[in-house]
Amino acid sequence: MNQNGSARELSLGIDIGSTTAKIVLRRGEDVLYEKYERHFSQVREKAVELLRQLRPYAGEEPLAAAISGSAGLGLAQNAGIPFVQEVFATGEVVKLKEPDTSCVIELGGEDAKIIFFDGGIDERMNGTCAGGTGAFIDQMATLLNITVDELDQLSLQAGRLYPIASRCGVFAKTDIQPLLNQGARKEDVAASIYQAVVNQTIAGLAQGKKIKGKVLFLGGPLYYCKGLRKRFQETLHCTEENAVFPEYARYAVALGASYYAEKQPQTYTLNSLIKAVENAPATVSKGRLQPLFANEEEYRAFRERHAQASVKYEDLASYAGRAYLGIDCGSTTTKLVLLSENDGILYSYYASNRGNPVEIVKEQLTCLYDLMGDRVTIAGSAVTGYGEELIRHAFSVDYGLVETIAHYTAAKFFEPEVEFILDIGGQDIKCFKIRGGAIDSIMLNEACSSGCGSFLETFANAMGTTIEEFAAKGLKGKKPVDLGSRCTVFMNSSVKQSQKDGATVEDISAGLSISVVKNALYKVIRASSAEELGEKIVVQGGTFYNDAVLRAFEREIGHSVIRPVIAGLMGAYGAALYAKQCEQSTIISREALRVFKHTSKSAVCNGCTNHCRLTVNTFGDGKRFISGNQCEKGLGITAKTDPLPNLYAFKRDMLTSLPCVEGKRGTVGLPLALGMYELLPLWHGIFTHLGFTVKISPMSNRRIYEKGQFSIPSDTACYPAKIMHGHIAALIEEGVDAIFYPCLTYNMDEKMTDNHYNCPVVAYYSELLKGNVDELEQVKFLYPYLNINSKRELTKELHAYLSRFYEGIAKSEVKAAVDHGMAAYVRYMNAVREEGRRALEFARKEHRRVMILAGRPYHIDAEIGHGIDKLANSLGFVVVSEDSVFRLAEPFTVKVLNQWTYHARLYRAARYAAEHADTELVQLVSFGCGVDAITTDEVRAILEESGKYYTQIKIDEITNLGAVKIRLRSLIGALEERKENSGRA
Amino acid sequence: MEERKYIPFTEEMRREYTILVPNMLPRHFKLFIKIFEHYGYRMELLETTGQKIIETGLKYVHNDTCYPAILVIGQFINALQSGKYDPAKTALILFQTGGGCRASNYIFLLRKALERAGYGDIPVISLNLSGLEKHPGFTLTVPILHRLFYAMIYGDLLLSLANQCKPYEIEAGATERLADALTAELADKMQEEGVSFRKVKENCKKMIARFAAIDRREEEKVQVGVVGEIYVKYSPLGNNGLEQFLIDEGAEVTVPGLIDFFMYCIVSNLTDYELYGLHRFRYPILKFVFRYLIRQQQAVIDLIKEDGHFRPPTPITHTMELIRDFMGFGTKMGEGWLLPAEMLELNDSGVHNVVCTQPFGCLPNHICGKGMMKPLKEKNPDLNIVAIDYDSGASKVNQENRIKLMLANARSQLEEKNRENGVTPAAEKTKIAPETAQRG
Repeated sequence: MNQNGSARELSLGIDIGSTTAKIVLRRGEDVLYEKYERHFSQVREKAVELLRQLRPYAGEEPLAAAISGSAGLGLAQNAGIPFVQEVFATGEVVKLKEPDTSCVIELGGEDAKIIFFDGGIDERMNGTCAGGTGAFIDQMATLLNITVDELDQLSLQAGRLYPIASRCGVFAKTDIQPLLNQGARKEDVAASIYQAVVNQTIAGLAQGKKIKGKVLFLGGPLYYCKGLRKRFQETLHCTEENAVFPEYARYAVALGASYYAEKQPQTYTLNSLIKAVENAPATVSKGRLQPLFANEEEYRAFRERHAQASVKYEDLASYAGRAYLGIDCGSTTTKLVLLSENDGILYSYYASNRGNPVEIVKEQLTCLYDLMGDRVTIAGSAVTGYGEELIRHAFSVDYGLVETIAHYTAAKFFEPEVEFILDIGGQDIKCFKIRGGAIDSIMLNEACSSGCGSFLETFANAMGTTIEEFAAKGLKGKKPVDLGSRCTVFMNSSVKQSQKDGATVEDISAGLSISVVKNALYKVIRASSAEELGEKIVVQGGTFYNDAVLRAFEREIGHSVIRPVIAGLMGAYGAALYAKQCEQSTIISREALRVFKHTSKSAVCNGCTNHCRLTVNTFGDGKRFISGNQCEKGLGITAKTDPLPNLYAFKRDMLTSLPCVEGKRGTVGLPLALGMYELLPLWHGIFTHLGFTVKISPMSNRRIYEKGQFSIPSDTACYPAKIMHGHIAALIEEGVDAIFYPCLTYNMDEKMTDNHYNCPVVAYYSELLKGNVDELEQVKFLYPYLNINSKRELTKELHAYLSRFYEGIAKSEVKAAVDHGMAAYVRYMNAVREEGRRALEFARKEHRRVMILAGRPYHIDAEIGHGIDKLANSLGFVVVSEDSVFRLAEPFTVKVLNQWTYHARLYRAARYAAEHADTELVQLVSFGCGVDAITTDEVRAILEESGKYYTQIKIDEITNLGAVKIRLRSLIGALEERKENSGRA
Repeated sequence: MEERKYIPFTEEMRREYTILVPNMLPRHFKLFIKIFEHYGYRMELLETTGQKIIETGLKYVHNDTCYPAILVIGQFINALQSGKYDPAKTALILFQTGGGCRASNYIFLLRKALERAGYGDIPVISLNLSGLEKHPGFTLTVPILHRLFYAMIYGDLLLSLANQCKPYEIEAGATERLADALTAELADKMQEEGVSFRKVKENCKKMIARFAAIDRREEEKVQVGVVGEIYVKYSPLGNNGLEQFLIDEGAEVTVPGLIDFFMYCIVSNLTDYELYGLHRFRYPILKFVFRYLIRQQQAVIDLIKEDGHFRPPTPITHTMELIRDFMGFGTKMGEGWLLPAEMLELNDSGVHNVVCTQPFGCLPNHICGKGMMKPLKEKNPDLNIVAIDYDSGASKVNQENRIKLMLANARSQLEEKNRENGVTPAAEKTKIAPETAQRG
């Protein structure tokens, strides 16, 4: 202990995290006072408040003090109080309190940490990603419209778990929303949310290091959420005595800070400390923007202008005759519009769907029937949005239409010559360009909902206000903070930073609004100039009710836009307009509604190896609606007709039917992932011919991924790479003697490019596996660097390499095996091409649309591709792959360096689509694929030059096909509309 | 197949155009520019900073592209839009390695961005050694290459010596002043004296002596090495002023020199032959060049050792020995094997604390950076590595927080070591700057 410290008996630790402030006062080992409170970003005020509470305990005694926590850094610096890094502080506590701990898992508001104590202290915290933290749980509770406590209670009664991505709240929502819309039990969803947090912690933080021995769980969420504890305990297989949930879980960091304080020379009294905090200068952040409105006058003019885009309202009580119902069952809200014959709104409804849209629509219909009496009849009805199918089945709605079409129908009403529609909803941004009266291109936010309404709402709640108040404050922000334009998860930390710098709620609100807009413009639409969007722009969606967002948008694009007063109802309004073509409605009758019942239960489909988790909705009249299925099998419909050609299925069948021949040299396992996919016939041929029993790992599924997730060192790598770890684990479980995955800097040279590289991940993943998968020590791991473009080199290199592991392999044997393998590879590639030709012929003969599902060879994997190929089939497309058709287009020069074998095929496949009217190209892009940042722009340009649509689907661990379906249906809708228009012209 | 079209930099342009150079390693680049100016080019180093550059980059480049591309392209377009340069008399230059990483595509992304921003007529020169593009007005002659190489040696030495002096200087700013002065002197000297290795050695010797003459405090500081993707490793714009941050936190910073990367590129070419039988004819020439470079590097190392005040860099051959058991030399995209090798090199020379910098989502670094941390640490328990992702959205506070954690560990390691060696903690206390005291 420091000599200065001997006079001090009291020691104080303050921990200011991203959302809460904690304080601990100790005398020796006795804790005199502790407190845990949310600070709502009022860091300095909260610190002073907490310090004042100490007066009865500390008086004017000398004391040691230190601050810790992510939001405490700025305060500590400005007040000159010692600061200790929070993970370090935790480590101090553990060393004192539980010295035999081998691992600490600590979850905070926006931080997640793991500290390993075995073999030298190793501390890890979440990087730029805040997924799987307390903030994530908060966000999910908001989504379910329950408190965090209720979420916890529900989770304890779960019967099953759904896979939910937790990389960031956005993906999780994409998974959860459809579950809710399809009627999954909240109990199960709650537990699944916790499981997602657990998975994120293990995959994202442990990074290849196994969590074992005594584990100490710290932090607020782990103190409060019993269900979360349970999930951790079960997933980590912790025994009771090895899972420690201490009383001081919430205060560990503050406690650690107090121990750190003892070692510091500075001595304070409570008063001097309060004074230091109070006098700490607030740092002014560098990046501040112009206020949204210079003065009141400007705001008034703005309000008046937008009030002009209105619709007429008619009185339902006095109206008689036909009416049309539009329902928009969105991701977070349900909207209803009842339309008169003259397009007047008779009735409208807009509210959160509270996780159960069926119940809401039932309530609303009941209410409508009461109000309509016998004077008004519903002559037509249409439903759109996420819950479209469910609602349509439940209430026998006449039409189901894809939301993009619904919105265009509504926008046309306000601006017949609309050129661009931007809709920002709860968690999705939709925008489409209109050219020649048809939807010309559609852009949806893929895996990213940065800048959507629910984000702003969650933020408003975190700051202790409602979204309305929050928005109103934003209008008054004098110096909006500059939060950039990126993922909301990153924005969380940017906000944290600005809080640290003392920004006001007003400035943060305004700053967030500007970020929302920038995200929409530069991340989703990717506009480089305002002119690109056109002159006549309609903005809609609930988020645009927020004047701050609207103003920021106009500012950013430099001119005014139309925001209909029913901005949030546009989907429903469009659906109602669409329903006007109906003569006689099939919608549920008043009588049937009275006895309407809805129950849902979960089941597993055994139709194929996918084992989709189904949700079976049963309605009062015995009708059933099944969701969660990736194909039509689980619906009880047996396909009598031959399925449409599908190159993805063809390739899968070919690869999985490669024979396993018993050999004399032992077994070699080939992991079916990344570059192995396409080259499987080559390696299988070579090793079989050499006399090895070749075991191929099975087609991926979620369980395979989970088998290997412990050893993934870089969580931001693409899913196809991460799943490789599971394949290695599966092969080792099978007991193979050796595993082969070569390092291939260069892929096959198809003589059409500047170079023929593999991407770095495909090329060198073995080096990573070698370093991170401990189990590989149990087998011979063969990962030679090879040149597959020269049989001579390949023979030489492979022979030299294998001879290090196996005796008596002659070079002539290797040469024969390479010949054999190469022949098998060529046969395979030819078969794929031949099948592609056959599929195209079939399509032409049967007048079917063709979809080039363009990705990488490994995208045919059932888990990675999520069955999108089958979905496309079910929507009527003949599905071909990029590698089966690219040779049908002439090689040409692209604007970028064309140096990767797989990617070069994309460009030529796009050219083929551009040249054929019946062919569409849909590009599959794995999240995190850096190379595709280059290819996507180029593929888009090739297609758009020829007036074709470009559709991109980003794929990840997300297992839900709902969003993909919207995209593909929008594409079909746009194609139909275009066909109709050109027919008319 | 038709040739990809680009605007060549012609002989006429050479006389009239100003070539803008993106910033990465300020002192190195200033020396490089001087050389080109001597040969009749007009060049200007872009030293702009600020949020505007990032915004411009995001506007014209696909947002999922790596951060360095966004910054470099943003800096170019921002400069063009500033009105400071006549677009009809301006050219741009970019370095291009031609490897299997996205970075080889920067030049094309730049051209696409220029087109979108309305500067489609501006020529972009590709500075490469693999003959990817030809520009009649811009040729790397042997004398230029020779001088560039020596400029690299000077630059690396300046970087290394300044880093070893600055944290200890008694008179604030003395090191920076000397380094700036030397940069100017050396550039002139290269023109006056021509190039001979004898002269270079003399100059190096003088440089070392002048740095050694700076008054410095005797104290022990936490030593931190910086490795990673080449742009964010070196460029303060890319890494939010990492070097200065570390110095302010009371650390001494070591950044491996550019020559290591240069030699790594040569080794990559050599392994293409050794592993795959490619480039048979180039091999003996490169092998010769490689051996020559090794000798030159060694000569500078010897000079530093002779003087005795500073820690010399490690010869590349030794660095390669260190990584041999962990990774194959065939891993040659991005920084490839060099990245983990430099971590080991730092550890080997007593710098156990390492910041591994990379752009968010950097593909090679999944493997060579984060992918190698576990095996390296298992064999070298002293290694204290933190991986930091840089991109336009990553908040500085998060980055700094993670670095502070690494520093906290570093300090307790240092304390422990000193306890073991019998240094009293009380004396130790005064040496370590309190974490909060000296910022801003």
